[in-house]
Amino acid sequence: MSTLERKLTQTNDIVFTAEFPAIDGNGMDKAKKNAERMRGWFDGVNATDNTAAHAHASNVASAIAMKQLGLEPIMQIVCRDKNRLAQQADIVGAAMFGIENFCALTGDDVTAGDEAEARRVFDLDGPQLIRLMSTLKRGEYMSGRALDPAPHMFIGAVENPAAPPLDYRVLRAAKKYAAGAKFLQLQICYHQDRLEKFCAGIAGSGLGGKLAIIPTVVLVKGARPLHFMHNKVPGIDVPADQIARVEKSADPSEEAYQQTLEFAQHALAQPAVRGLHITDFRHDETLERLMTDLGRVRQPISTEALLTN
Amino acid sequence: MAEFIATIEHVIKGPAWGCQMCGQCVLHSTGMTCPMTCPKTLRNGPCGGVREDGNCEVKPEMQCVWNKAYGRSEDWPLPQSWKDEFNHLRPPVDNRLKGGSSWKNFFSKRDRWTPAGWGRTTDDQEGGH
Repeated sequence: MSTLERKLTQTNDIVFTAEFPAIDGNGMDKAKKNAERMRGWFDGVNATDNTAAHAHASNVASAIAMKQLGLEPIMQIVCRDKNRLAQQADIVGAAMFGIENFCALTGDDVTAGDEAEARRVFDLDGPQLIRLMSTLKRGEYMSGRALDPAPHMFIGAVENPAAPPLDYRVLRAAKKYAAGAKFLQLQICYHQDRLEKFCAGIAGSGLGGKLAIIPTVVLVKGARPLHFMHNKVPGIDVPADQIARVEKSADPSEEAYQQTLEFAQHALAQPAVRGLHITDFRHDETLERLMTDLGRVRQPISTEALLTN
Repeated sequence: MAEFIATIEHVIKGPAWGCQMCGQCVLHSTGMTCPMTCPKTLRNGPCGGVREDGNCEVKPEMQCVWNKAYGRSEDWPLPQSWKDEFNHLRPPVDNRLKGGSSWKNFFSKRDRWTPAGWGRTTDDQEGGH
């Protein structure tokens, strides 16, 4: 059983997750540097799948590398690039290497990336992919052909609490739970009222304790990335006052940190929330500072543990 | 005959609903809004990229198909049984049915076929390991 699964299903501990930076050139060297920075802080780290519709080293390869380097991977799978046959092959292939945590996403459209001319696949959608994962976990391919022994899987998904239609997002989360998701990593949300409503909705529909909600906060250095997310990332709306707060501050870097810390503390105080996902655009000492300010102690990892991985 | 029915269906449902002839119509359960007109052809609700104004991530000038579907399902005087189906998990598209008549597949129940593994996986979450 993965640490993420054990903590979320057998303890009341708060979990922390993060995103493994996409690997392009200099593969394993870069992966090692990333792993050294993240090791001991997180209960799970996402191996992204062509994030933002840009091609990178694959989710499967990244997840295996992370495992070898002492991180616990959460392998993301999007629906944009591969059909159901290829998705099953990737999951079963990853399971060969002991990957257990999987996270299903619809995925950004191809037009969000740098190869907008590519064919979009979307053979399955997000909830269908979750159900497909549940089928594999039961020990069958989609066709009904046996998969013996069944791979041990801990299945999750994502949700955006801040995108319209707002009233439907809790129902959509419930659908994902019904399809087999045990945790939901949330899209970055700069509207605290929307996050509050979403979390209250999850708790109110009896899913608290069954479906672990993991909101996301972002470490940024100043107002520029806030403008970028607001203008360029569909589904993320950053209110003008939040941008102005950082932009007009005497020390934008410090103000941006304080803003992230506040959003993190606010998110962790919501019902049904079991952890926090941290996206790091700063790549400086504030990652450690944020974790420490949130009461996290870095876990030592023995060399022995690394070798056996 | 099958081709004739498909043509009639396309002539009626094309202009009215933007029908894409997937051959396994779910319009009644999606607020009379065709999910195959979503650029990602999502059959189970909106993606996370819906814009602040409720429009589509891919086509900013178009209202999100699922935003529209949800509004209609809530507001339109549709039969309650149809509304109740809105949040059901719709199975993956059977690509063999594309281009054919969904009316024919409805009456023959061909559109209810799902792969064996899918069918045996239930919504009950407590099972498994």
